[in-house]
Amino acid sequence: MRLRRLAVLAILPLAALTACGSGSATGTSALRIMAPASPGGGWDQTARTAEQALKSLDPSRKIEVYNVPGAGGTIGLSQLEREKGNGDLLMTMGLVMVGAVEQNKSQVTLADTTPVAKLVEEYELVVVPAESPHRTLADLVAAWKADPAKIAVAGGSAGGTDHIVAGLMAKAAGIDPKRVNYVAHSGGGEALNALLGNKVAMGVSGVGEFAEHVKSGRLRALGVSAPARIASVDAPTLKEAGLDVELANWRGFVAPRDLDEEAQKKLVDLVTKMHGSQAWKDAVAKNGWTDAFQAGKPFADFLAAEQIRIKAIIAEMGLVS
Amino acid sequence: MLLDGFATALTPVNLLYALAGVTLGTLVGVLPGIGPAMTVALLLPITFNVPPAGAFIMFAGIYYGGMYGGSTTSILLNTPGESSSMITALEGNKMARRGRAAQALATAAIGSFVAGTIATGLLVVAAPLVVDFAISFGPEDYFALAVLAFTAVSSVLSRSVVRGLASLGFGLVIGLVGIDEQTGQARLTLGVPQLLGGIEVVVVAVGLFALGEALYVASRLRHGEPEIIPVGRAFLGRSDWSRSWRPWLRGTALGFPFGALPGGGAEIPTFLSYSIERRLARGVAREEYGRGAIEGVAGPEAANNASAAGTLVPLLTLGLPTSATAAIMLAAFQQYGLQPGPQLFDHNPALVWGMIASLFLGNAMLLVLNLPLAPVWAKVLHIPRPYLYAGIVLFAALGVYALNASWVDLVVLYVLGLLGFAMRCFGLPIAPAVIGMILGPMAEIQLRRALAIGAGDAAVLVRSPIAAALLALSLLALLTPLVRALVRRLLARRAGSR
Repeated sequence: MRLRRLAVLAILPLAALTACGSGSATGTSALRIMAPASPGGGWDQTARTAEQALKSLDPSRKIEVYNVPGAGGTIGLSQLEREKGNGDLLMTMGLVMVGAVEQNKSQVTLADTTPVAKLVEEYELVVVPAESPHRTLADLVAAWKADPAKIAVAGGSAGGTDHIVAGLMAKAAGIDPKRVNYVAHSGGGEALNALLGNKVAMGVSGVGEFAEHVKSGRLRALGVSAPARIASVDAPTLKEAGLDVELANWRGFVAPRDLDEEAQKKLVDLVTKMHGSQAWKDAVAKNGWTDAFQAGKPFADFLAAEQIRIKAIIAEMGLVS
Repeated sequence: MLLDGFATALTPVNLLYALAGVTLGTLVGVLPGIGPAMTVALLLPITFNVPPAGAFIMFAGIYYGGMYGGSTTSILLNTPGESSSMITALEGNKMARRGRAAQALATAAIGSFVAGTIATGLLVVAAPLVVDFAISFGPEDYFALAVLAFTAVSSVLSRSVVRGLASLGFGLVIGLVGIDEQTGQARLTLGVPQLLGGIEVVVVAVGLFALGEALYVASRLRHGEPEIIPVGRAFLGRSDWSRSWRPWLRGTALGFPFGALPGGGAEIPTFLSYSIERRLARGVAREEYGRGAIEGVAGPEAANNASAAGTLVPLLTLGLPTSATAAIMLAAFQQYGLQPGPQLFDHNPALVWGMIASLFLGNAMLLVLNLPLAPVWAKVLHIPRPYLYAGIVLFAALGVYALNASWVDLVVLYVLGLLGFAMRCFGLPIAPAVIGMILGPMAEIQLRRALAIGAGDAAVLVRSPIAAALLALSLLALLTPLVRALVRRLLARRAGSR
């Protein structure tokens, strides 16, 4: 206890220094945004884009983005639990975390957080290396049906969105989803490298991670998991290409639990203001994301429904014993 | 083009950014736990107020400075500031104990400069070639690479093979902790959620090296006065130069391509450089190996700086980050609305060439900053041991806590510190444990990926020419001493029976 008090005493002057100029009376205390993944991935991008947009509104604002990688974000989630009552902390999260909580049998679930807002959706892109013999999704599916083990699928962590899309595609094609030869990679960069080096037969990941390389011709896009074609990449929807699969990988913000009304409102207002900024709109367009803004109570309801839906999908695919 | 780049970089303001970058980088390199990735991430917000050229000049300075700074504590205190300078401690600290600390620091500084400069030059001329080679590396090739690194470092397994293997085993077990990536199952986490992410290499290196060393020194303090370490002359003699330049070049040749490999990292080239220098050592060097040979500092230090430049190859040409620092620099590029990739060189030549020119400048500045400081740093050894090691324990704990702000990391650090102390008491070498911890998980995951991609057919492991060549090399390294001993024994028997 004495140690802690000493630490607080030591930190106080520092805090006073950092608060200098921003004026804590106006409610602009330092905000921290946790990206519960390694730098470079979708959650990290979202967190850093949000940081940028918030700073474009208020350049003097202190914002820190930090990474807590691992276990589909559940490590970050359990750290968030320890910050309960802290109204100056946001955590990026999304569909992947909903699945990871189930898969890792995490003690802390998303029910233990304060939902703030859903921000964007990103559709998933199915690609093959430029050297691949498969020109269309139908070609690929034919080969996949012939021998599922031969088609190695590169994507993010086991049980994540990419894995779920691969499973749903297999199911739609009449292949047992449990037979998908899924090769998990940590972070988008690693899976991308396996595809650029023509090491795997196909890849599934967010449009943003592949689009640039589809444009440069190093990867061929066979389908996108959207309900209609999207502007940022020239590819048919999976439905048009013959597989009835549609999935949006949404991302948003939650805050620690046990926040009072006022603190909740402050965060929702802040994120709503950020969503309205030009910097945010530009970044959404640039990254090929789709705006899917939903804040406060509607998002809380959506999150509750999503937890039930994903739990069912994952069980059906045999990802949880 | 490059000259225009120098024109961009050589403004007084940008020089100031470069100076700030290398100074900061050296500092975070010296502090265990805090690395260049975290520093660049924390400084990312400056991209809103600083023009792109200035920001990248500073970031590159931090990256290079961090690679260099880690060597200082390795050499002086046997406590590596970064995992990539762990190997430097093996010979560097022995040199320091023999009064050659200043020479070890100088060869590290000049080697870093030489390697950084050559590697940056390679970045200019060979980036497209190197990147094609780098992405052609598949999981089977990485597996073969890990096997080769294992066999190469068997020479650091100390004289007692059993002790070396025991230490390696500790490392492999520590490397298993955490979630298995391919199946998502937790291993050896003892139900502690904070261990799901695994134990970071830097915690292991700091715990085993720094804390273990501090505890060991403390336990010996009562037994009489510690010997006074002479600081010695401050300059590289002629023989030091002639013994250093080849290792610098070889280290550069190893480090640059490894940095460009998405799964290469800065550690493996330092392992390989160390073992190559050891095998090539002749005469004085051969006798000195294990007691402080300058080659064992010059090679690995050149290798880790060259790998920092190598990392920029896939980053600039493909937008593919291959290290944590590179990932954050990618984010910085995107904040300026720039997308690294094949088009970057065409669309933003001023920025790219300015950055490359600033790499040359940052490197030179690092040398100017650190060479005169080498004898000053060496005087650190005159600080009374109790204060010195109390300081090390403090900084080690601070650095490790700064990683994730998690008290679990601190518990792990102290448990590992006790393990390091015990290992020293029983004469177990420390390096194999850290090597096992770095290489073990890499070998495992790449092997499983290769087998999954090959649908369970083990032949994929030798199907790629790169993998086959690397495995053949490892086999050769393993068999040569055996065959040599066998031949010798046969000859002796024939001579005896005659």
